Amino acid sequence: MSENNISIPEIKFTKLFINGEFVDAVSGKTFETIDPRNEEVIAQVAEGDKEDVDLAVQAAREAFDHGKWPRMTGFERGRIMMKFADLIDQNIEELAAIDAMDGGKLFSWLKSNDIPTVANFLRYYAGAADKIHGEMLKMSKQYQAYTLQEPIGVVGLIIPWNVPSTMFFIKVAPALAAGCTIIVKPAEQTPLSALCYAHLAKLAGIPDGVLNVVTGFGRTVGAAISSHMDVDKVSFTGSTEVGRLIMKAAAESNLKPVSLELGGKAPLLIFNDVDVDNAVDLALLANFYNKGEICVAGSRVYVQEEIYDKFVEKAAEKAKTWVPGDPFDPNARVGPQVDKRQFDKILSYIEHGKKEGATLLVGGKRFGDKGYFIEPTIFADAKEDMLIVKEEIFGPVMSLMKFKTVEEAIEKANKTCYGLAAGIVTKDLNLANRVSRSVRAGIIWINCYFAFDMDCPFGGYKMSGFGRDLGLHSLKKYLQVKSVVTPLHDSPWL
Amino acid sequence: MTIQSNGHSENPIKIPKIKFTKLFINGEFVDSISGKTFETIDPRNGEVIARVAEGDKADVDLAVKVAREAFDQGQWPRMTGFERGRIMMKFADLIDESIEELAAIDAIDAGKLFTSGKAVDIPSVANMIRYYAGAADKIHGQMLKMSRPFQAYTLREPIGVVGHIIPWNFPSTMFFMKVAPALAAGCTMIVKPAEQTPLSALYYAHLAKLAGIPDGVLNVVTGYGSTAGAAISSHMDIDMVSFTGSTEVGRLVMQAAAQSNLKPVSLELGGKSPLIIFNDADVDSAVNLALLGILYNKGEICVAGSRVYVQEGIYDEFVRKAAAKAKTWVVGDPFDPRSQQGPQVDKTQFDKILSYIEHGKREGATLLTGGKPCCEKGYYIEPTIFTDVKEDMLVVKDEIFGPVMSLMKFESVEEAIERANNTRYGLAAGIVTKDLNLANRVSRSIRAGIIWINCYFAFDNDCPYGGYKMSGFGRDNGLNSLDKYLQVKSVVTPIHNSPWL
Repeated sequence: MSENNISIPEIKFTKLFINGEFVDAVSGKTFETIDPRNEEVIAQVAEGDKEDVDLAVQAAREAFDHGKWPRMTGFERGRIMMKFADLIDQNIEELAAIDAMDGGKLFSWLKSNDIPTVANFLRYYAGAADKIHGEMLKMSKQYQAYTLQEPIGVVGLIIPWNVPSTMFFIKVAPALAAGCTIIVKPAEQTPLSALCYAHLAKLAGIPDGVLNVVTGFGRTVGAAISSHMDVDKVSFTGSTEVGRLIMKAAAESNLKPVSLELGGKAPLLIFNDVDVDNAVDLALLANFYNKGEICVAGSRVYVQEEIYDKFVEKAAEKAKTWVPGDPFDPNARVGPQVDKRQFDKILSYIEHGKKEGATLLVGGKRFGDKGYFIEPTIFADAKEDMLIVKEEIFGPVMSLMKFKTVEEAIEKANKTCYGLAAGIVTKDLNLANRVSRSVRAGIIWINCYFAFDMDCPFGGYKMSGFGRDLGLHSLKKYLQVKSVVTPLHDSPWL
Repeated sequence: MTIQSNGHSENPIKIPKIKFTKLFINGEFVDSISGKTFETIDPRNGEVIARVAEGDKADVDLAVKVAREAFDQGQWPRMTGFERGRIMMKFADLIDESIEELAAIDAIDAGKLFTSGKAVDIPSVANMIRYYAGAADKIHGQMLKMSRPFQAYTLREPIGVVGHIIPWNFPSTMFFMKVAPALAAGCTMIVKPAEQTPLSALYYAHLAKLAGIPDGVLNVVTGYGSTAGAAISSHMDIDMVSFTGSTEVGRLVMQAAAQSNLKPVSLELGGKSPLIIFNDADVDSAVNLALLGILYNKGEICVAGSRVYVQEGIYDEFVRKAAAKAKTWVVGDPFDPRSQQGPQVDKTQFDKILSYIEHGKREGATLLTGGKPCCEKGYYIEPTIFTDVKEDMLVVKDEIFGPVMSLMKFESVEEAIERANNTRYGLAAGIVTKDLNLANRVSRSIRAGIIWINCYFAFDNDCPYGGYKMSGFGRDNGLNSLDKYLQVKSVVTPIHNSPWL
């Protein structure tokens, strides 16, 4: 694992950000955030708990009920958000380095991709802020009526550790545009970049109390947010089990609406008519990108029988190019898993796969002797009832299976409680249309994978959750519809 | 004012024979698996109208099984929206042909006024179906504007098997508020009508079949919330639940959804809506509106204007006129065309309302008029108005769901807005003023899902309706309500050599 001349940034922000200031937790406690490259402590970060959430909600409530932010025009909010985006652009390398260390993510990708993209998310929603339209209705009696789309209020955003910057802005950007005020709880594994963004938000002119960040643990801070009587909505991305806890807490407290983006076990369906090299590249990308720590990973790869053997051979060969290594090493393609817990869990699934009798094609063990690196792993000849095929592993582990007919592919693709994403690889127009309609998932990628876009809604079917991120759709989560009705007299028409 | 009202109706309306009392599953009326039945009571006299099949978890399981089959393999979601719309239009026509019978059934089951049912409620549900029938072939996704060379569009696909849990206060309206958009969207469904008012739902199931709704698409399981309702909320194979009812039960529904398969839910819950009447209002019209706001449907409506704030300049005149007008309000048999207010739906509600009235008296509010039950039989309560109420009294804070108004005075518009918003609820609000700027300002300031200016209960097929805050989330009516029964799928393909995006 080569060190190179990227300077590891000094960690400047480690406290809670409440009402425009960095403050210690009320309890004074801190927790460690670990570098998954070497298992060492990067920094001690303030550990928020219920009292800190109460303070943050208080500040956010004041900012919403009486502050400027919801009362500004959408255009004015947009201007400040644009400034925020520019400040991010000025700090790309530092932010990329922080996520690389905190989350084990590849520095080069962060720098060229992730971080610039979050600035663009802000710009996209900044441009939407002054276009949040209600509707003039067409009543069936003598009334004038219209809808307003009003900000829902104080929102709680609970985000995961796998793409810390992306997740921060996928939720913060539309909520800001809508005019809401916010408490973000970043994942305890990756608290650092969120605090940098809080600092930049203030510099950009986001008023105090509008954007608050409370670092800490799910069962304390996250639970406090979900069950808070004065939080109007919670948007969560993370595991299915925690999603459940959040929805229950919301129901038990003030019946706040929630949106959940949960796990997945996405199928990638590869038909006979494809270029096998391209298909293999896509399948490897779908499984090893971000070390498999992505909810839409195409972890179930179904290859049609005529090209199966050739596919297996090429996959084994090309998998070697997915080299594990230090995220700062430009030659590395697979960084370390985010923490020991994930590391252990993935290795345990790999053992299951071996025991269940799948054929281990490549990988299957730890890489190196320090840090949480795992070799990209492919199991061929997997069966539908194997744990590795049914459960979300969230690591660089692909299950490869053969299919005969398109009916079989569709049936197997849908045979899961999840429904987040799916991939289809074929040149055939009719097949593409038929299969994209048949697979029950929220985003279907045809001849591509991970093709996210600011304008493209993304979210789950079935137990992968409900609600959509990205696109104009995601604004709905942070708005509520008010109808205003007045009788008309002597109007020429309705 | 009351009139004799005890089921010995002095009018020639024939009380209909109750034809449908069994569960409707997969196109057939069947007994519950347990064979159990329960009574549905006539609130005019406390007597049993009929015994109805009592569904439980096993019956819900059967209904879900057939709804799942109908969704995954059946015609309904695979028909074009236009074809679904045609069948729904036929359904509406069949309702039009049975208006009197349906109005009579809701009158005896729920104590709702027969004349209103016949003139308004039942024809409105037929029109609600027609509205959504006309939307079924216009459920558009979008072509997106990607920022890289990709083509992408969204499809809005039916979410699947949906559970509808509906309340007893507007049995027909509530049935179709939920069923109509869900049918248009291409979903299949299980309806659990309230145990107090199961009868009209079963009738609609019969008409649905006649109209050509395929077997398994629309199922009705009558029974109790704690059994049939709970089974629906926690079913692993139901994709979405839409609920209208009390806040406590809404909580249970959402918890059960979370504990089971994380199905999305929409909740339309209680309310304690403010009606704000400014000095420039015409006092007589305002009094009429305020009384309508609390007495319509015997106060059994979530958007009832139960907190009436009158600006001080007209307060005394308002109080006098309100008391006088309330005394002329005719409480009596729902079949009597003179009645303006029927009985409360059952003994539980009746007792609860009277208990709130007692609270009001004990808490020191002034009883302006009413305050007691009336008629020697049945669950009738006099129109009741309390004045000199304080914001912290139970009668001002809790939803009473009966003909009980809290009448209060205010000085400034700021005070009115603050007091209007001083509630956990946020379902509706009314504003009475001629002033344009006041109307605009106050309608923006009140945190509620529907604001009526110089009117009340102005619902419409095209007008979305639902709660802010603890009144719930999700919208019924309007095209918005289709969103509940659809889910968004994005489909993305790279483009090569395209002239532009």
